[in-house]
Amino acid sequence: MSIMEYNGGAVVAMVGKNCVAIACDKRLGVQAMTISTEFKKTFQATPKTYIGLPGLATDVQTLAEKFRFKVNMYRLKEEREIEPRALAHLVSSTLYERRFGPWFVEPVIAGLDKENRPFICSTDLIGCINFAKDFVVSGTTSNQLYGMCESLWEPDLEPEDLFETISQSLMNAVDRDCLSGWGAEVTVITPEKIITRTLRSRQD
Amino acid sequence: MADRYSFSLTTFSPSGKLVQIEYALNAVNSGVTSIGIKATNGIVIATEKKAVSTLIDDSSLEKVAIISSNIGMVYSGMGPDYRVLVNKARKAAQAYKRVYMEEPPTAILVKEIASVMQEFTQSGGVRPFGVSLLIAGFDEKGPMLYQVDPSGSYWPWKATAVGKNMVNAKTFLEKRYNEDIELEDAIHTAILTLKEGFEGQMTENTIEIGIITGVVSTKDDGAVVLPEFRKLSPNEVKDYLANIA
Repeated sequence: MSIMEYNGGAVVAMVGKNCVAIACDKRLGVQAMTISTEFKKTFQATPKTYIGLPGLATDVQTLAEKFRFKVNMYRLKEEREIEPRALAHLVSSTLYERRFGPWFVEPVIAGLDKENRPFICSTDLIGCINFAKDFVVSGTTSNQLYGMCESLWEPDLEPEDLFETISQSLMNAVDRDCLSGWGAEVTVITPEKIITRTLRSRQD
Repeated sequence: MADRYSFSLTTFSPSGKLVQIEYALNAVNSGVTSIGIKATNGIVIATEKKAVSTLIDDSSLEKVAIISSNIGMVYSGMGPDYRVLVNKARKAAQAYKRVYMEEPPTAILVKEIASVMQEFTQSGGVRPFGVSLLIAGFDEKGPMLYQVDPSGSYWPWKATAVGKNMVNAKTFLEKRYNEDIELEDAIHTAILTLKEGFEGQMTENTIEIGIITGVVSTKDDGAVVLPEFRKLSPNEVKDYLANIA
């Protein structure tokens, strides 16, 4: 029994043409037993950035609150929204503070910077940042997600196509993982708007 | 032993003033003059490097300090107090960088230093810093010049002076400053302002000038590149001095 696999969950983020998308499943389980199908793992950090937090559910909730606190304090002190790159380093430093008793989450960050350039990255549970140009995956379904994304992703997808690609990647990956699934939520971030859609998926 | 000094030495007078801070300001006003001028494309800060004796090796005395790549600082008042603040400022800048992997915006660093200086007006067993700082920085909002006083108050300025000759210097600056001034003119004006109250011979070894100028740019990977603060070398200062002679 691994702590990272106690509650289950999956998050994926992808880069498109002047847009990014982030998606997560909605299952919350206690090992084999599913106890909620409304446990979303993506949280809005700024009007143009989202953080995805798969892993141990209590840490998901606590870190979502911690990052909300830190992002709010940043906005109050600096009188501007935090950029995705700075947010990534903030997440990394926060996780490394607990190097020898870590938070059991492996965050994913997706957003547009102030020039509306797409930005995604993921970190491990102790803060090592992986800057990617194409896609990042995290959670109990990460291996399956790597396979799906590697086959389905291509560069410069328009927002509508990016939505289809990321949805198919997530849906088919979680079908091969008993600890993830039970619904999905996909968010596409463009310079003009953010659209969040809930997907109907296999409820098993 | 320590509990004998756990009370604050900065206490209110009946009129509502903190006399220790007033006296700290006296220490500042007896220090040599420092100037700061903000131009459209940068900032210049300058001070006199008054050596008490000709035997002093003034090349190793540093009054204009680099705090981080895009922020510099100068002072009027007590040198040793200044050194403490320079170290705290440098550490604060690096601590910010450690978390965000970015240089702190000028206003954020100024708030940090100001809050340190304020602490020393409200803690037990310590006295206020006997310096006024002029902090010049260039961040994404553009060039910003701040003054921080011993009380911990800070103001953004377009052009200012602190120290012995500040009243005359500020009058001089009010006449000569305009919002469209460019950095070259600003350096020229700063030197002239210093010259107003200068005792003795003004050479490239008796004044120190720091400038920050440039543009904010972005690298391919999206990282922001800010202009760098640097001190003018004695030869560069000599050239500017030759122009005003």
